[in-house]
Amino acid sequence: MVDAAASTKGDLTLTNLVKEFGDFRAVDDLSLVIPEGSFFALLGPSGCGKTTTLRMIAGLEEPSSGKIAIGSTDITYAKPYARPVNTVFQNYALFPHLTIFENVAFGLRRRGVKDVKEQVTKVLELVELAHLAARKPVQLSGGQQQRIAVARAIVNRPALLLLDEPLGALDLKLRRQMQIELKWIQTEVGLTFVHVTHDQEEAMTMADTIAVMNEGRIEQMGTPVELYESPKTVFVANFLGQSNLVKGKVEGTDGDDLQVSVHGNRIVVPANRDFSTDNHERSVLIGIRPEKISIEHPEANTLGGGIITDISFVGVSTQFQIQMPWGQELAVFEQNDGGASHLQKGDTVSLSWKPQFTFALDGTADIDAGTSVNPEEE
Amino acid sequence: MKRWLSKNLIKVYAFLAFVYLFIPIAYTMAFSFNNAGKSNLTWRGFTFANWQNPCGAPQVCNALGNSLKIGGIATLIATILGTMIAFALGRHRFRGRSVVNILIFLPMATPEIVLGASLLAMFLNLGVNPGFWPTVIAHVMFCISFVVVTVKARIASLDPKLEEAAMDLYATEAETFRRVTLPLVMPGIFGAALLAFSLSFDDFIITNFNSGTLTTFPKFVYISSARGIPPQANVIGSTMFILALTIVLVGQFASSRKNRV
Amino acid sequence: MAFVAAVAKRSANVRGIKRPSTPYILLIPGMAWLFMFFIYPLINLASTSTQTPAASGEVGAYVQTFRFANYIDAFSGAREQFLRSIFYALIATLLALAISYPLAYAIAFKSGKWKNLLLVLVVAPFFTSFLLRTVAWKQILGNEGPVVAVLKFLHILGPQGGLTASAFAVVTGMTYNFLPFMTLPLYASLERIDPRTLEASSDLYANGITTFRKVTFPLSLPGVVAGTLLTFIPAAGDYINATLLGNPRTKMIGNVIEARFFDIVDYPTAAALSFMLMAAILIMVMVYVRRAGTEELV
Repeated sequence: MVDAAASTKGDLTLTNLVKEFGDFRAVDDLSLVIPEGSFFALLGPSGCGKTTTLRMIAGLEEPSSGKIAIGSTDITYAKPYARPVNTVFQNYALFPHLTIFENVAFGLRRRGVKDVKEQVTKVLELVELAHLAARKPVQLSGGQQQRIAVARAIVNRPALLLLDEPLGALDLKLRRQMQIELKWIQTEVGLTFVHVTHDQEEAMTMADTIAVMNEGRIEQMGTPVELYESPKTVFVANFLGQSNLVKGKVEGTDGDDLQVSVHGNRIVVPANRDFSTDNHERSVLIGIRPEKISIEHPEANTLGGGIITDISFVGVSTQFQIQMPWGQELAVFEQNDGGASHLQKGDTVSLSWKPQFTFALDGTADIDAGTSVNPEEE
Repeated sequence: MKRWLSKNLIKVYAFLAFVYLFIPIAYTMAFSFNNAGKSNLTWRGFTFANWQNPCGAPQVCNALGNSLKIGGIATLIATILGTMIAFALGRHRFRGRSVVNILIFLPMATPEIVLGASLLAMFLNLGVNPGFWPTVIAHVMFCISFVVVTVKARIASLDPKLEEAAMDLYATEAETFRRVTLPLVMPGIFGAALLAFSLSFDDFIITNFNSGTLTTFPKFVYISSARGIPPQANVIGSTMFILALTIVLVGQFASSRKNRV
Repeated sequence: MAFVAAVAKRSANVRGIKRPSTPYILLIPGMAWLFMFFIYPLINLASTSTQTPAASGEVGAYVQTFRFANYIDAFSGAREQFLRSIFYALIATLLALAISYPLAYAIAFKSGKWKNLLLVLVVAPFFTSFLLRTVAWKQILGNEGPVVAVLKFLHILGPQGGLTASAFAVVTGMTYNFLPFMTLPLYASLERIDPRTLEASSDLYANGITTFRKVTFPLSLPGVVAGTLLTFIPAAGDYINATLLGNPRTKMIGNVIEARFFDIVDYPTAAALSFMLMAAILIMVMVYVRRAGTEELV
């Protein structure tokens, strides 16, 4: 009955999408374009609206208002079975009463496709599980079930493949392996993948483009590098990796560069690194990533008078906690490049970094946004 | 010895409890081999004759036949009606849920004598004589609730994501029901039917009120208990026991094999 | 996090089968059956309970006079049997609890891989006819049976003594017959207890008995409540055990109602008694409902 799968192609466009559950706005006026053939990630903490958005794209949830389109076809209110969209569910949702073969063949059969056997076998070979075709899902391991769930979806060549935190239930090593495999499958098959996750490392590893969501809205969208090196909001700065954020007062400008006074220290922010939006009348937040800071080599931007309160050796790097004279604790990651460090707890040090790594954000923003250790507290 | 006892007290106790549970069963089965005439009160000698000729005593097979017929029809109707209600409760939103829940629960909480008597009174008022069909009607009535409870539990254990996945994979609502929901709920429906049948077969009080001159197996045992129940009744009782036990054990075995990795 | 859970729960329902009329179509046949053959007869019975004999004096003929005094008359006529029914049912329930609890406990915690088999064995005896089981007890406890013989041998019973046709036999029969209704709910709630909770208790210096008192038993309380109700309700209305295993002095309310219906043909009294029995039982159930909500009932 449906061959929307074959005919509809194009970018996925969400326009002013809203979803309300009673008084609660899960998705708040969301607009974005996902280019055809890209690997796109929706990243955010629990409750930010990313899964709700995904379900609206799949047709499993009806939007309160707004529009969803693939290319020029409006699918906003189309039933799930009438959309060229397939989903890989978080708990796989494999049909327990059907064999692996029949699970994968399910979509093909509903669409009345003719050469079912051939297509199923091909995709099972792609995920290297052709030998399990006659088994039932309960007989497979978690990782195998996950691959079958993916196979079941991609065999239908949908315009869009949605993945709802599909790797959450796997252990670390298997997760890493699957991340690479999924990325490879996406390039092989050339479908558009939309991947929902709360794991920022996972998103950065797999996606071409990431949209960071918070409380129903997109905080920032861009490539992993863009988001990481140039966060435009405090939330993004804290949610992706770790950031040191310090309040400062704008003293003046040197050409286009900002001159900021941070507790008596002079910090320079290049013009193209100033992401604040409020004309910094009162204050500005200076941001610098821990791995960009050096304790041993002086650079143009320096914060002095810090005392080391904690040193942790984590193999790849050594992580320092430094208490600054104004009470704030900052983090520094020094790469473990073989040079032995003589630094000890209690030593007084200066934190230095190159100005081009600085970023400036609104001084009035909540400095703790995006930092919750427990994502449930967001 | 004392140490062993205190460690295993519970197990010893449980064993004794099981013995207690099976005493009447053992007795019934033993006396099915009794070489008694019509009165099966004292042991007269071992014989296979009763097993070879279970319909030897008059009325036994007639009563059994009625019980099976009533059970079969009532089970069919109650299972269909109850399953429909279970689906409404388990997969739909509607107003008046509490009312439905209470209405399903009430027959299970009402004493059988009240159920039976009130139905008889109504039938008499309407000029309907107690007999086969009033009995069937009564049985369906008290079985529906048990079917609903059983099937609803099975539906509740069904992952709603499976139905979402089916629709995501191009199955319409009707196809989803036919290919995913129904096959997965079927064991529950089957169990409910089995439960309904056993409730119907074993029912006495409600049947007594509504069957008039028609005899069912429990009625037959009750009536003949004064004189002495013919050993053929023991044969039938033992057979039902073995049959039911076998079905349940086979069912358990089959489902555990399915789940073995 | 509660937000997310609430949202998830509602979305699960949104994508059910769509047409709003579907649930009603599914409900109507079954509900109609229950209404016609359960609710209506009860209403009918209620109206019968306030009738009085017709002037014609014909047997079974009554007219509606809204005589609520019927209830008082009925109760005073059958007070003894009424109280006896409640009393026997209570004793049978307590005995069933005492026998079932350790049994359920053993199956839940001490049976390992035999768990399912043991559960089947608990229910298995009840695959034979209720009547046959009760008659079997009648004969086992009968004067020609082995139990009496042993007791006489041990001089616990005198030469004229017997066990059947007594309150003892009736309660014994009731306890036995309603045992699975107690055992299964008990097992269900015991089984749900995470054994690590018991280990934690032991780790925190509680011995076996204290652990049971303070941890296991409180956690199994829902099962105890359910089992008690499921046993007491049918036991109070039962009269088969009383008939087969008792004597005229052990008659229960069920016997009275049956007699009023068939032998004496006094429908109003029978109806009134039935409703009083129902009321007594329903009050207990309502207390339970208030604790657990209607979704837990069905």
